[in-house]
Amino acid sequence: MMFDIARRLEANGVVGLNRRNAEFMLPYNDRRNYPLVDDKLLTKRLAEKNGVAVPKLYAVVEFPGQVRDLYDQLAAYDDFVIKPARGSGGDGIAVIVGRTHEFLRTAGGSLMSRADTEFHVNNLLSGTFSLGGLPDKALVEYRVKFDPVFEKIAYQGVPDVRIIVFMGVPVMAMVRLPTRQSGGKANLHQGAIGAGIDIATGRTLTAVWKSRIVTEHPDTGNPVMGLQIPHWDSLLMLGARSLEMTGLGYQGIDIVLDRDLGPLILELNARPGLAIQIANGAGIGKRLEKVRAEAASIADPAERVAFAKANFAARP
Amino acid sequence: MKNRHLYVVTGTLILLGLGLFLYKTVWLGLPVAPDARLPTWEIEARIAFDGDGGPAKVTMHLPRPAGPFTVINQNFVAPGYGLSAEARGPNRLAVLSIRSAQGRQQLYYRFIVHRAQGREAWEAPDPPTVSRPNWTGAKLAAAEAVAAAAKSRSVDNATMASEVIRRLSLGAVESNARALLDTDASDANRVVIASGVLGLAGVPARSVHGIDLDAPRRHAPYVHWLEVYTPDGWIGLLVEPHAPKAPHSYYPWWRGSRTLARIEGGNNLAVSISSVRALEHAVQSALKIGEIRQKDLIAFSLFSLPVEIQQTFRILLVIPLGVLVLVILRNVVGFTTFGTFMPVLIALSFRETKLAAGIVLFIVVVGTALAIRLYLESLKLLVVPRLAAVLIVVVAIMAGLSVIAFQLGFYRALSVALFPMVILTMTVERMSVIWDERGAMEALKQGAGSLAVAVICYGVMSNDVAGHLLFVFPELLLALLGATMLLGRYSGYRLTELRRFRELAKKSE
Repeated sequence: MMFDIARRLEANGVVGLNRRNAEFMLPYNDRRNYPLVDDKLLTKRLAEKNGVAVPKLYAVVEFPGQVRDLYDQLAAYDDFVIKPARGSGGDGIAVIVGRTHEFLRTAGGSLMSRADTEFHVNNLLSGTFSLGGLPDKALVEYRVKFDPVFEKIAYQGVPDVRIIVFMGVPVMAMVRLPTRQSGGKANLHQGAIGAGIDIATGRTLTAVWKSRIVTEHPDTGNPVMGLQIPHWDSLLMLGARSLEMTGLGYQGIDIVLDRDLGPLILELNARPGLAIQIANGAGIGKRLEKVRAEAASIADPAERVAFAKANFAARP
Repeated sequence: MKNRHLYVVTGTLILLGLGLFLYKTVWLGLPVAPDARLPTWEIEARIAFDGDGGPAKVTMHLPRPAGPFTVINQNFVAPGYGLSAEARGPNRLAVLSIRSAQGRQQLYYRFIVHRAQGREAWEAPDPPTVSRPNWTGAKLAAAEAVAAAAKSRSVDNATMASEVIRRLSLGAVESNARALLDTDASDANRVVIASGVLGLAGVPARSVHGIDLDAPRRHAPYVHWLEVYTPDGWIGLLVEPHAPKAPHSYYPWWRGSRTLARIEGGNNLAVSISSVRALEHAVQSALKIGEIRQKDLIAFSLFSLPVEIQQTFRILLVIPLGVLVLVILRNVVGFTTFGTFMPVLIALSFRETKLAAGIVLFIVVVGTALAIRLYLESLKLLVVPRLAAVLIVVVAIMAGLSVIAFQLGFYRALSVALFPMVILTMTVERMSVIWDERGAMEALKQGAGSLAVAVICYGVMSNDVAGHLLFVFPELLLALLGATMLLGRYSGYRLTELRRFRELAKKSE
């Protein structure tokens, strides 16, 4: 029974964590390059250097002594996002959507006082949410206003598009839609919906919510399948160019679509999760093998995108 | 090819480990399984007396290694008493003293005796000493007569001792013997008299007192016998008409004419001995190995270390096994745990607390600390002071639990002090962050997962055969290392992924 499942997963090219680590992550991701993606501040600077659009940085807090000034620094902004530079899995991100009297209003609808905010930032700095509990920096940046296409199928937070890029070739993609349960966060394990995207067309495929297949958004009731992601070709280009940017052979790239600014890179990930396979209803293994065998030496990002569109179209 | 390199390295490690293991088992004949047949004895002496309010001093003979016997784990339970030890002749004495003893006093002394297999003695025999009795008058004359008669009918020390014993056993008909024994024909007195008579004749002899290990019981009677020095060393003879050799099961506790314990400053001294036979496994192999420890490979083994250090390594050496199991559980099965090695350390403390009590204690400590940690959250403390506060809470809970458990008589729970508190603190902290960020379910799920892994690691690490194998054959660590490195390249599915991706297994392309 168990071996049977394993054999069929194998046949469908489903990649497990061990194989991801041993065959794709460890051999193709030079450890030297990890800081570039693990530290969102470095990622942001790198993206800016490469002319890639990112959410504008409002403030950086590196030392506890700077926390006191932060609240005044932010007086000019009504909405922003506070996040740890080295956070993982969306933990520790506070999304501020507006102000009510002297309080900050979060995406979840609660109010944060000045003391609450400073406490949160202090926690970020001392590494409560960072990888390995190391001291961290807090970033305050532009809050993305998502593209109207997502209006009906996103609850509160910002949907983002995750593309897995292997050797510069976008191999698989999904859009993550926040739900009431995920508290506006776009992480699948927190209860967000993941919908696979057809690489060739940019249309959404099956959607997965809490490891079951869904066709409608559980909070809004609107269909999540068959949705055209706008700017799809430029999203693929962003993905393809991330290889030259970070030097990581196997990475996940998270892109948000801003109403006014278009695609912005939110973050890069050297250890992208495997839930994307569930969202797409397909294994990623065969695509990775195909890239390894046939596309390893394509130097031009546009050609890599063309390769992806030609080879990784969703099957009906 | 990268993999070939790995296979060569791991293959070499595994072959080297198993090869050494085979050499030691097949060639040197070291036992593969712990042999449970060889018993050990736990002996407890209970000393009670009535204090008269003034200073009291109890002097007691301490057991010492003798012949095939080794004594370990000696300890006194004598609250309030000062303890000193001194050597006197062939004996070692413990002196327990207290400034004021009021009412009935109870002191306990416990130790464990192991007996080596085979004829060879472990301990070097005592040198021969002749002790002359300070008898006078009629007693001296009677003793000299018995000694002279015995000497004329014997060829060496052993036969002379037998003859003396025979004559003393005939006490009723032999007038000299009757005079010597006075009215006390007990074994205890007879061996003291016999050793005196032999001493008078210049033969090294001594009376020995101890217990019969083959008759373990709550109130073990003393046994007494005579030791006489022969060219083969000291031999033991029973004071029965044909002077048979003392059985191997007789454990010599002390020598000479004194009683086991004496009291100054108290009355109604009562000493009772109980002995319990226990089966201790690994020890036997240690003893067996002693028989062949002259061989170089053994001389450089862990058995050459002092016993306490050996005990430490017995524990340390099963950790790699627990770690290997942890690797399998995480990378092949797919458990998630708080902290990489936390379950192994928890499993290690389960060895002391035992499983059921350990799980309950773990849940109580972590649960209570977590509740307090979630309350601390509302106080908005900074991280390091908060961690420190949780650590203090954990220590306080452990202290409180110990006191409560002791009052209620759950002595097992006292080992709660062995829980690694820093690890517990980090567990509580991680758990509360996950509780906050991902909900209580996820936190409890991961907590239960960590505990389950700890239980499984404990199951493996506390296995007698595994502990024995790793201690006797530490080269197996090489094989463990090789296996762990091989697992480092395992790229198959984790068991939990079969469930996670089960939707993707439904359709086949």
